[in-house]
Amino acid sequence: MMQNIEQKLISRINEHATPLRIMHVCGTHERTISKYAIRDIISEDVQLLSGPGCPVCVTPSKDIDFAIALARSGKVITSFGDMMRVPGTMGSLFDARSDGYDIRMVYSIDDAIKIAKDNPALDIVFFGIGFETTAPSNAAATLRGLPENFSIITSHKLMPPAMEILTQDTNVDGFLAPGHVSTIIGTDPYDPISEKGFPIVVTGFEVLDVLLSIAMVQDQIISGRSCVENAYPRCVNVEGNLKAREIMYHVFKKTDSNWRGIGMIENSGLALKKEFEQFDAVNVHADIYDKTSHEKRASEIEDHENDLYEGCICAEILTARAEPSQCPLFGRRCSPEDPVGPCMVSLEGTCYNWYKYTRNKGI
Amino acid sequence: MSKDKIVRMEHGAGGEAMQTLIRDVILKNITNRSAGLVGLDDLDDGATINIASNIHDSERSDEIVITTDSHVIKPPFFPDSNIGRLAVSGTVNDLAVMGAAPLALTCAMVVPEGFELDSFEKIIRSMNAAAEEVGVPIIAGDTKTVDRNGLDSIIINTTGIGIAYEVIRDCGLCPGDRIILTGTIGDHGISLLAHREGFDLNTDLVSDVAPLWNMIRSVIPIRTIEGKPAISAMKDPTRGGLAGALNEMAQKSGTGIIIDQKDLPIRGSVSSACEMLGIDPLEVANEGKAIICVKDENAEEVLSIIRKHEYGKDAAIIGEATDSNSGKVLMRTTIGSMRYVDTPTGDLIPRIC
Repeated sequence: MMQNIEQKLISRINEHATPLRIMHVCGTHERTISKYAIRDIISEDVQLLSGPGCPVCVTPSKDIDFAIALARSGKVITSFGDMMRVPGTMGSLFDARSDGYDIRMVYSIDDAIKIAKDNPALDIVFFGIGFETTAPSNAAATLRGLPENFSIITSHKLMPPAMEILTQDTNVDGFLAPGHVSTIIGTDPYDPISEKGFPIVVTGFEVLDVLLSIAMVQDQIISGRSCVENAYPRCVNVEGNLKAREIMYHVFKKTDSNWRGIGMIENSGLALKKEFEQFDAVNVHADIYDKTSHEKRASEIEDHENDLYEGCICAEILTARAEPSQCPLFGRRCSPEDPVGPCMVSLEGTCYNWYKYTRNKGI
Repeated sequence: MSKDKIVRMEHGAGGEAMQTLIRDVILKNITNRSAGLVGLDDLDDGATINIASNIHDSERSDEIVITTDSHVIKPPFFPDSNIGRLAVSGTVNDLAVMGAAPLALTCAMVVPEGFELDSFEKIIRSMNAAAEEVGVPIIAGDTKTVDRNGLDSIIINTTGIGIAYEVIRDCGLCPGDRIILTGTIGDHGISLLAHREGFDLNTDLVSDVAPLWNMIRSVIPIRTIEGKPAISAMKDPTRGGLAGALNEMAQKSGTGIIIDQKDLPIRGSVSSACEMLGIDPLEVANEGKAIICVKDENAEEVLSIIRKHEYGKDAAIIGEATDSNSGKVLMRTTIGSMRYVDTPTGDLIPRIC
C-alpha cells in the first residue's frame, strides 16, 4: 500500500525511536496531538509532554476574581470565550453571568471597544489574556485610541521565560516551539535555550507539521546537535514580526508575572506603560482591585502556593511532571462539564484534550 | 454555590448538563410519561401514540408520532434562510427520523413588541415554503406578544403529528450495521457563527436547513433479503452535532460506533473555519442532515438512493456499529490512529489564539 507523507514520518520516527522526552508549549499542539492520537501511533519511547501552553490555564485566580468583583460592582466584563469557564476563588465568569452580572463574550478587543462606544454610560473592562499572539492586537487598539469608558485587565504572558524555567525544573530533552507565538517573536529568542543543549523546532498545527517537528527533534538528538530549526517557514521567519513587537513594546513593558500552577516568573508578563495607565483596570478601579487583593480569598482554594483547589495537580500537569490520568480528580470530580482545575477548562488545556479524545478508549 | 441552584445556559445546550436537568427535574416530576411504544422516558426525537391496530392488516401496527420543538436563534435571519424554515424543518425532520410521514403541524409564536412586520411575514412565508415542500399542512397556531424588555427576538414552537407504519428508533443500532450520513457536517453552525460574528470565510457557505421527509421516505420501504426493514436506526444530528447524535445512538443501542475521518463529508471552508476557531466540526449543529443506520447488505442501495436526492448528494457511509466499545464512539483518524469522540459539553466556545 502506498504510504502518505504522514505515515512515512510515523515509520521514520518509530524506526529511530530511543527514549526521548519532547515538550510542546502550545495548547493547539496538544489539541492536534490528542485529536490525532499521535501518542498512540508513535513509539512509547518517544514521549510527548505538554507544557504551559494554554494562556487560560496559567491566568492566576486573582485576575479572575478581580474581573468578577468588577462585574459585581456594575462594570461590563468582556472576555474571550475560553476564559469564561475558568474558576477563580469566587467561581467563573460564566457563574457570575448566570448570577445576573453583565459579562459578554468577544472575539477581539475591537468587539469590546465597539460595546464601549455603543454604551457610553457603561464602564467596559476587557480581560486581556494570551501570549505574544494576542498582545500586539491589544496594543494596536490601545495606540489607535480607546474610549474613555474602557479599561483593560492585562494578564498577558511571554513564552520564552517560561521555557527557560522548564529547562531547569523538568526532565525534558527537547522542545516543539509554538508556531503562532513565533510568527511574532521569530526564532532568535529560543537561541539561549538551544545553546544549553535543548533541540528546538518551531512548528505549525497540522498533523503533518507536528509529526515533522517530532522527527526533526529526534534527528538533532541522534546527531548530537541542539539548535533552533524552523518546520513552519510558511509563517515563521528568524526575526518575526518587527512591527508587531514595536507596537507591543510601545504600549506594554515586561514585568514579573504569576503563572497559575507555576508561580512567579521573572519578566514573563506584560503591563501597560505609565502613559497608558488611564486604561489599566488595576489603576482605574484601584479600590476594587485592592479589596480583591486583601479580601480573604480562596474559600475553596486550599493549595495557595499553586493557586489551585485541593487535590488538583494542574501544577504538575502544566510542567509535565504528571499526566492527567495520574490525577485523582481526573474524570471523576473534574470534567469539562464541571472543571476543578484550569487545565480541564480550556480547549487548549491538557486535561481537557485528554478527557475529550483519549479517555476510556479501550482499544 | 449559586451554580447548582439556577438554570445556566448549559442546561439548554444539549450536553450532559441538559441530560441531568431532564432526568433529575423533569422526568422525576412527571408521573404519566407514555401513551404508546415510545414515551418521554425514551428521550427520542419524538414520541408515539398507539392507535387501534389496523383491522385489515394484523401485520401492521400504525403509530401516531408526535414531536415538539421551540426555536430560538440569533439572529432570526441567517445565510440563505431564517427561523421560519428552521422551525418547520426541525419538526418535520424529528418526525422523519422516526419513520413518520408528517400529517400536520401546529405553530405557536412569541413575538417581542417592536419586531418588524415585514420580517414577521418573511418568516411565515418561509414556514409555508418548507411545509409545502413536504406537503404538510399547518393547521393550528397561537400568537403572543411580549414586552420588548422581556424578550429580544422571536420564539417559534412547532408541534408535528405524523404516522409511522414502523417506528424507527434511535436505539435500534446493531453490530455490523453501516452508518450513512446524508451530507456535509457543520454547514449550519459555522455559517451561522460566521454570519453572527462577521467573520469573512471567503466562501458562499450557507445553512443546510431543509425538511428531509421526501428523501427519507424513499429509503424507508427497503428490506433485507429476509424481508426485515433495512433501516435499523435514524437520528438528525442537530444541536450537539454528529458527535452528540452518534454518542446517544451508541449508548441507547448498547453498541460501539467506529467512524472513519477520511470518509466524513465536510466542506473545506467549514474545516478551516473550525481549525481557526478551535471548534470540533463533529460537534457543530446541522439542520438538514440525517444519520441513517442500515443493514450491511442494503448499505450501497440506500446510499445510492439518498445520493439521487437534492439534500443527499454528498451522502457517504462514514462508519459502522461494533460489538466492542459498547456505548462509545471512536474515530479512525487520517493517520491511522484511533481517537475517542466525546459527547459535547455544551455551548461551542471559540478559542482565543
